[in-house]
Amino acid sequence: MMRAGLPVPSAASLRARLPPGAELRRAGGIVLRILAGVGGGYAVAALSTTVLSLGLPMQRAEAVLTATMASFAVYAGAVVWAFAARNAWRACAGIAGTAALLVAVLYLLQGHLP
Amino acid sequence: MKEGFRQSMAWLHSWAGLLVGWILFAVFLTGTAAYLRPEISYWMRPELALSRPGPADAEVAVKAMQGMAPNSPTWFITLPSERETTTRVFWREGGGRGRGRGFREAVLDPATGHPVEARETMGGEFFYRFHFQLHYMSVLWGRWIVSICAMFMLVAIVSGIITHRRIFADFFTFRPGKGQRSWLDGHNVCAVLALPYHLMITYTGLVLFMLMVMPWGIDRAYPGGRQAFNAEAFGSAPPRPRANTPAPLAPVLPLVEEAQRRWEGGRVGRIVVANPGDANATIQLVRADSERISYNPQSLTFDGPTGALIQDSGEGRPAAEVRGWMYGLHIGRFAGPFLRGLFLLSGLAGTVMVATGCVLWAVKMRQQAAKKGRVGFGTRLVEHLNIAAIAGLPLAMAAFLWANRLLPVGMEERAAWEVHVFFIIWGLCFVHPLFRRGRQAWVEQFAAGAAAFALLPALNALVTQRHLLATLAEGDIVRAGFDLGLLACAALLGVLAWKVARHQPATARARRPAPKAALMPAEAAE
Repeated sequence: MMRAGLPVPSAASLRARLPPGAELRRAGGIVLRILAGVGGGYAVAALSTTVLSLGLPMQRAEAVLTATMASFAVYAGAVVWAFAARNAWRACAGIAGTAALLVAVLYLLQGHLP
Repeated sequence: MKEGFRQSMAWLHSWAGLLVGWILFAVFLTGTAAYLRPEISYWMRPELALSRPGPADAEVAVKAMQGMAPNSPTWFITLPSERETTTRVFWREGGGRGRGRGFREAVLDPATGHPVEARETMGGEFFYRFHFQLHYMSVLWGRWIVSICAMFMLVAIVSGIITHRRIFADFFTFRPGKGQRSWLDGHNVCAVLALPYHLMITYTGLVLFMLMVMPWGIDRAYPGGRQAFNAEAFGSAPPRPRANTPAPLAPVLPLVEEAQRRWEGGRVGRIVVANPGDANATIQLVRADSERISYNPQSLTFDGPTGALIQDSGEGRPAAEVRGWMYGLHIGRFAGPFLRGLFLLSGLAGTVMVATGCVLWAVKMRQQAAKKGRVGFGTRLVEHLNIAAIAGLPLAMAAFLWANRLLPVGMEERAAWEVHVFFIIWGLCFVHPLFRRGRQAWVEQFAAGAAAFALLPALNALVTQRHLLATLAEGDIVRAGFDLGLLACAALLGVLAWKVARHQPATARARRPAPKAALMPAEAAE
């Protein structure tokens, strides 16, 4: 049940029972998740906006509006993922993987653009 | 696994909410007040007479602009409506240097076209602006900060929903007088009751500034700039260049009648005149916000000298319309009195939701601290900020209205000083809890707010002719209703002060079993 990096609300009461190194790992895990969620999440949202703006099969302005309006849902989803993943490394890997996928799609899209 | 997920969502919910809770509270409360922007502005200019919009308003306004700003490249005229009894104009300053940057504005009497003789004030505009761009900082910074807070809010809402497995049961659960549990129940009721509203207002708020905070799509798809985007998305015609040949402007009244005919009785809300007095002038008539949910302007553009119709932009494409709907839903100007009342109540529910969330956090910390035997700096800081942000803001808003009535009418920088008074009083509310600990500070700030609101109608009667008896007799429902609303605010704050004063903290009555208190955020999930 207790895994390093999992933020637990009642941390203060549990802290006493953890071995000394675990406290540090727990804090580090939270920092990683915050970085993945806030920074990585914004990157994923920005990339998805760009990809959808260029790739959605509709008029250009419509695609931009649709993509940009949806971006906040993408961002919120990324943040939730960053804090829901089983451990901090999985959180980072998920965000980084999604970003890499989006970059690849963007590359392909731009290859096909006139 | 399941339990871990829900617990981490509870953690995310409480931190995302707390970190920006105080700004969110201010944004929610002033944003709720902004639903009454025209009414507040009207009350704050007691010199204005009660008037009704008439058919000649447009003609009078255009004549006035020809007198005031004949060389301006663009006039923007907002006509009076049922809620707004003045004509508001602003224009770009001319002077032959092409696109001048300076804007000037004026408030006109719709009947005469002269600037109204009223005290200088920002009126309801202050709350409206503050709620999306704050104050004492650049507009851009303020908008970024508020947008970031809105994103936190969205995350707090989503993680809050995930945390609350029993979302519908919670709706019917209220256990008053049970300390922390009551705060939790109160928080849940306010959150769930108006959940669609909270989600809507937060998401649409983000959409309003989306091209600022998320410019990556538009910048990549339109490398040449945003004018091409505006033309494609909203059908806005590119501005016609100045011909530099003088030509008189066609009478505007027939154009207004034409617009009403095309919109089947719809009303013109705004008039935009480009290059007035030039052969290439255009007159754009924009339909009033109050008539459609979508904010995408339905507009007719006419040739200035001849009055011939150039462009009729109606419904946009789907995504543009969705954005227009989001915009319109957020500002709520389409809403009639009943729906506006519901918006107001939902906004208040959101305000209470944020406030109870912040208080709940402090109560929980306090209980954990009681077990450890000492209260940390963090807990004290949160408690302190809660008092000043939550109880102090209504008092500061009342002070703003007091300043409106008490500052001398001819004073230099009068409108700015009204705002300074608001922030001075709010600032004092942040100092006050240093001297009066905990509950006393809450009670005193709520009570001061209640007194300030309760005495406003009396002050109003002392210093203006627009007191409650006069406005009721005159049938000036807006001013009379505003005075009554101030009394309602006073009653609400009074009840809060009274409740807090006679509240017995749970720890003082009986020591609660420890494990329950420790698992607080997850409790909601059960």
